[in-house]
Amino acid sequence: MKISITVNGQGQEHDVEPRTLLVQFLREACGLTGTKVGCDTSSCGACTVLYEGESVKSCTMFAAQADGGAITTIEGLAAADGTLHPVQQAYHEKHGLQCGFCTAGMVMATVGLLDEIPNPTEREVREGLEGNLCRCTGYHNIVEAVMAAAAAQEAK
Amino acid sequence: MIPAAFDYVRVDSAEAAIAALAAHGDDAKLLAGGMSLIPLMKFRLATPSVLVDIGRVRDLSYIRDGGDHIAIGAMTRHRDVETSDLLAAECGVVRTVAAQVGDNQVRHRGTIGGSVAHGDPASDLPAALLALDATFVAAGANGTREIAAADFFEGFLETALAEGELLTEIRVPKAGDAGFDYQKFNRRAQDWAIVGAVTATVSGTRRVALVNMGSTPIRAREVEAALAAGASFADAAQAAAVGTEPPTDLNASVEYREHLARVLVRRSLEAASA
Ligand SMILES: Cc1cc2nc3c(=O)[nH]c(=O)nc-3n(C[C@H](O)[C@H](O)[C@H](O)COP(=O)(O)OP(=O)(O)OC[C@H]3O[C@@H](n4cnc5c(N)ncnc54)[C@H](O)[C@@H]3O)c2cc1C
Ligand code: FES
Ligand code: FES
Repeated sequence: MKISITVNGQGQEHDVEPRTLLVQFLREACGLTGTKVGCDTSSCGACTVLYEGESVKSCTMFAAQADGGAITTIEGLAAADGTLHPVQQAYHEKHGLQCGFCTAGMVMATVGLLDEIPNPTEREVREGLEGNLCRCTGYHNIVEAVMAAAAAQEAK
Repeated sequence: MIPAAFDYVRVDSAEAAIAALAAHGDDAKLLAGGMSLIPLMKFRLATPSVLVDIGRVRDLSYIRDGGDHIAIGAMTRHRDVETSDLLAAECGVVRTVAAQVGDNQVRHRGTIGGSVAHGDPASDLPAALLALDATFVAAGANGTREIAAADFFEGFLETALAEGELLTEIRVPKAGDAGFDYQKFNRRAQDWAIVGAVTATVSGTRRVALVNMGSTPIRAREVEAALAAGASFADAAQAAAVGTEPPTDLNASVEYREHLARVLVRRSLEAASA
């Protein structure tokens, strides 16, 4: 079936099977491999993208369900000149990553979270990111990065 | 993991969903938020040949005042339940329990109707709805009918919904903004409850229901009876596991679950009165 999704502001139309998962559509049909597949069982959040501005796990959604809608992936955050999004910048500055495998999903979940709760408490950050697992950092610097990103967005 | 192939049908109304189910028979399955169904399909534990996507049936996404009850459309997402001001004022327990389902990403997709129709005894909302004696409205080719929560959950992943029926609405009593609590015990933040205990207060009477203590969500009737007879919370909670048949799995043995039920019911009763 033909699926049209606006990905990072650009129209993407591809002929795929109905069983195509959104993450496959993004990685294989659109060639956007920034979104990662970790567990493939809805647990780890590595595949998190924004659908209509809200975080979703793209391994647990069919591309067909997003047909006609808008998706933002990690590739869609930085400005055209390479300037990082405030959330990306904060992860960089606070060293909120080690191996980086969870990072695209963490950053997208963070962008979605800060949209819903612009000034979260540390507890709200930890609860807001409960769907994203990181096997490296112990979460401490991730939480610092989210708090810093919230402060930076507030200052704007 | 890739699900088995299927034909995809998207519908935009309840009537169209019922018609699609009638046309495709028992090979068809409804797809709501997909948070339970898609994982099952990826493991190929579910292999429907037709998926009827009701994700865009907006008419079934609402929370409104129904006079003597609050009516919640089946397609209302957990996110919309957990942020509803109307529910906060009129039936706070539903809002509080919805906020504990899975994680943000799951709550952005998953629906209350899907949670109820799936019939998983480990799910949070069904127990809360059972405690509230909620009413479920089902629509099919032969019209609509109301099903009491007490008659709805029949077994593990089995409900009173007939083939071809669509759950359209969940009605909860106006139980107010106090006298409730949910104790959910799990090991990872986003997980299902190993055991959960919900307390709700309807018309001044305490109701208690348990998550994951049998093949369906269950009312802790012995606890309720003890409370009615004047027992203390601690004493009433001792009866929490009476009549239950909890599962044994990686997370917990039967004995451990029975222990958790007693502890969680006591905490839930205490918190609901705090
Ligand atoms: C990582 C993860 C963690 C989770 N954690 C929890 C948790 O802690 N607690 C919890 O309770 N749940 C949890 N869930 C499940 C979640 O609550 C689901 O949202 C819910 O169980 C199903 O709702 P859905 O809209 O996604 O339904 P779907 O998955 O689309 O459908 C589920 C079933 O119900 C049927 N169905 C759906 N809607 C209707 C309808 N209107 N009428 C008739 N049949 C219908 C479908 O055909 C299917 O058989 C979790 C899920 C994931 C992926
Ligand atoms: S890959 Fe989607 S949640 Fe882990
Ligand atoms: S940085 Fe390695 S998994 Fe998070």
